[in-house]
Amino acid sequence: MPWELKSDRPIYTQLIEYIELMIVSGVYPLGSKLPSVRDMAQEAAVNPNTMQRALAKLEEDGLIITHRTSGRSITEDESMVAKAKTKLAQQQISEFLEKMQLMGFDQQEILTIIDNMVKGMKK
Amino acid sequence: MSTILECNGLTKKFGSKVAVDAVNLKIERGQIVGLLGPNASGKSTLLKLANELLTPTSGTIFIGGKKPGIETKKIVSYLPEKTYLNDWMRVHQIIELFSDFYEDFKPEKAYEMLKNLKINANDRLKTMSKGTKEKVQLILVMSREAELYLLDEPIGGVDPAARDYILDTILRNYNENATVIISTHLISDIENILDYVVFINQGQVVMTSSVDDIRDEKGKSVDGLFREVFKC
Repeated sequence: MPWELKSDRPIYTQLIEYIELMIVSGVYPLGSKLPSVRDMAQEAAVNPNTMQRALAKLEEDGLIITHRTSGRSITEDESMVAKAKTKLAQQQISEFLEKMQLMGFDQQEILTIIDNMVKGMKK
Repeated sequence: MSTILECNGLTKKFGSKVAVDAVNLKIERGQIVGLLGPNASGKSTLLKLANELLTPTSGTIFIGGKKPGIETKKIVSYLPEKTYLNDWMRVHQIIELFSDFYEDFKPEKAYEMLKNLKINANDRLKTMSKGTKEKVQLILVMSREAELYLLDEPIGGVDPAARDYILDTILRNYNENATVIISTHLISDIENILDYVVFINQGQVVMTSSVDDIRDEKGKSVDGLFREVFKC
């Protein structure tokens, strides 16, 4: 997955979202070691200071753990990751619901459409 | 963090024309800074003052606490807007010259970058295209382990793919103690690697801000803000 950064939002918040996505999708498995700040910054083509800031925020949120001598790793706490996963899902869904309301759908109509589409996907 | 570059009331006049007008500026170490402004805004003049290629009409400029001179040139790696290398020289000869000149020059770094950009070290500068010459110069500048890199329009003449490699090179070679100042008007290409931007117009600093603050507060990119501020 390439790092796609939009130009109208702060870079570090986009980095946070991207890394969260990598963690909940299992690209960075629980307990695995993260590449160095410098390598990650280079991969994303951003300033190392910006990457550092994003990682510091993720550490604050408990998704990343910093070891004094051996760099950073992903948390081994499954519940932290589940929480992050739910948060990401809620963000996506509330964005979707806002758009649907803008188009004039009420709650029941939205649920019906989703229900039909989910059934359609199963076939 | 300590200050690497400091200007106080820095002014440079060419006759009656004011190129740099009472600039007060402080740049801290460990950052990548964009010096952004339209054509003829004073970007190159400012960088030349920092390299003692010009002397101030009034005011002061300090690099690591010293006036520009022999001592500061040891710690400053400068990419000028125009080439100053002899074009009869072969690339490996220039590398030898740089090794003699600068204690902090790392030839192995230069050769590695030449290889990655597929430039032959036996070629003479005069046989090279404009873009290739620019790449060679930037390689030389980035092969030093300097405290301050002053890059005047480093990506102007090179293709987008090489541009990516050059930005990558800047990111890879700069360390926490080094500072990079990039003057350019190709903002969208570089804004993701910048910490901090300085907008300059008609010789005056009109704004300084961190990139994420601009995006946070104005909801637009640095490029977008630049277009708005300098709308013709």
